[in-house]
Amino acid sequence: MGRAASRFHLPIDFLFWKPSIELPKLCGPPFLGNQDPLAATAFDLQAHGGGKLLEVELAGRLELKDCQTLSRALRATLHPLPERCRVNMAKVERLDGAAAAVLMEVSVELCAQGRPLEFISAPPDVQAILDIYYTDCAQASLRAAPVRQGIFDQIGRSTVELWRQAKEGLDFLGEMLLALVAAVRKPSSVQWRGTGTLMEKAGADGLPIVVLLGFLVGLTLAYQSSNQLKLYGANLMVADLVTISLARELGPLLTAIIVTGRSGAAFAAEIGTMKVSEEIDALYTLGICPYRYLVFPRVLALGFILPLLTILADVVGSAGGLVIGVTELDLTPAAYLAETRTALTLWDVTSGLVKSLVFGIVIALVCCHKGLAARGGAEGVGRTTTSAVVTSLFLLIVLDTALTILFHNMRL
Amino acid sequence: MTAMIRVEKLTVGWDGRALLTDLNFEVQAGETFAVLGGSGSGKSTVLRHLIGLEVPMAGSIHLQGVGSPGKSMGRPAFGVLFQSGALFGSMTLADNVALPLKKWTSLDAKTIRALVQAKLRIVGLEGYENHLPAEISGGMKKRGGIARALALEPSLLFLDEPSAGLDPVTSAGLDDLILALSRTLGMTTVLVSHELPSILAVADRCILLDKQAGGAIAEGNPRKLRDESSDPRVQAFFHRRAEATREQEMA
Repeated sequence: MGRAASRFHLPIDFLFWKPSIELPKLCGPPFLGNQDPLAATAFDLQAHGGGKLLEVELAGRLELKDCQTLSRALRATLHPLPERCRVNMAKVERLDGAAAAVLMEVSVELCAQGRPLEFISAPPDVQAILDIYYTDCAQASLRAAPVRQGIFDQIGRSTVELWRQAKEGLDFLGEMLLALVAAVRKPSSVQWRGTGTLMEKAGADGLPIVVLLGFLVGLTLAYQSSNQLKLYGANLMVADLVTISLARELGPLLTAIIVTGRSGAAFAAEIGTMKVSEEIDALYTLGICPYRYLVFPRVLALGFILPLLTILADVVGSAGGLVIGVTELDLTPAAYLAETRTALTLWDVTSGLVKSLVFGIVIALVCCHKGLAARGGAEGVGRTTTSAVVTSLFLLIVLDTALTILFHNMRL
Repeated sequence: MTAMIRVEKLTVGWDGRALLTDLNFEVQAGETFAVLGGSGSGKSTVLRHLIGLEVPMAGSIHLQGVGSPGKSMGRPAFGVLFQSGALFGSMTLADNVALPLKKWTSLDAKTIRALVQAKLRIVGLEGYENHLPAEISGGMKKRGGIARALALEPSLLFLDEPSAGLDPVTSAGLDDLILALSRTLGMTTVLVSHELPSILAVADRCILLDKQAGGAIAEGNPRKLRDESSDPRVQAFFHRRAEATREQEMA
């Protein structure tokens, strides 16, 4: 049932009921030709009279498996609609909740036409079930139909939601600045021990993958460029190319992407789960600021660890280039390293490290913010984590471009 | 009367450590049976064994028409209400209740919608059809869970703390509903609870579990146990006396 599905039907729709072709498994055969529709059911329906007073006699077991047949049979019997209709329940052996609900549904529909259904002679047990499921016609007509959202309504709601998110983001940044001020004024208020563990998880535990991927990227870069450089006899230049592109660009970006996937996603999922299980609310009630307690240590950890991982990626990437230089381009290791030393300026390395510092802070901020904004159970946490990773990656590339242009225009 | 559930020499526990040993009880058809005990006494664990989510360390459980309960993927033979309601967060309340009907019957959408509405109405959630579980209160989630448990008209219903966390009026309304369903439909109900008013109102029989004793310390009609039992632990439970329990522990 969709969220916007109509809860109501025109009360006359049963008059236009058409037999369905497929044979439902549990509900007995549909009304086709001369077949007795009630043959396979556990109940029986007989109608007496008509016109002014129609008495429908139900007998046997009225249960979930037959309730659709019951509903159709009853509606077919009530067509054309008599002035009064009584349903004699005297011979009903068993009535379960589903069948009672169906009887009430038909009754309410007839109510709308001013001809309510009367249930008579029900045995006490059956009457009790009817009472549980009894629907007051007046109440039923008061039920509001669900509102269908129009396109403008949806656009409006999305805009308001966007504005709310933007405000939330600003609130978050403000809180983080306050946390920073508090940390500077009173360093003992920061969770240093937690920060250490986080650094270990994000940094030390991530070493193998950073080393492996850094090495492979350096290797691939050297391999791809070696063919072109050979053409010009500029074999030695492979060292310049690999080292500078790694230090300035690929090292920080590659590491940031790995850390987003490993640690950023973990931060978002962890904090998101805490949020939906009311743990964040519990922190507030204990007088602990979740920004200082949870977010600040994570920002510190990634801000510190990402430049370190970047240096490592730069070094092993160059080693990857060295392997190709030696095996494919007939360079000696000494020549490759000497060329690397000449090519690389201090600013190449520093600019890369500045980038990775910014990346680290941004990843932690975005993922923690998304986690704190999680809503709605397990699915909400999943959505939060996806959104945190996608937003982080998007911001990484945008910031990388912006910083590259900035550094270039500073002529550094 | 036939036994709907037969539990023989059941031992339950975690990580190889027995929590409760040698549990023996029967639940008769049409009866409302309560599993009682303090917090941490293993009530919910016993329930998880009865519905087949856990495998007993020893002993056997027999459900009439099912055999030993297990994680079967067939049409469920009973309805279960979990402590938190366990409604699916990504679905509306109506979709949660409709799910078993869509899966296990071939009723058309219109009939299912009518059934879902009726179920939500009897648990007092009319008008919340299109709400997500995250948008309603804890008590409402629990009632939504009952509506879902009742969807397939089960003859056996397991309820984990049905009235905990509900206001007295809603809780009493829920008790009335459980009583009415078991009396009129002959539904067998097993409920885990420590809400005394609710237990005394609905349970025909009960079993009282105790952590220290590592098993059941009493079985019978809760009102009779309250009035007639000479066991200080039983008296402490039914008369809400903390000291008696503590003295017992000290001794």
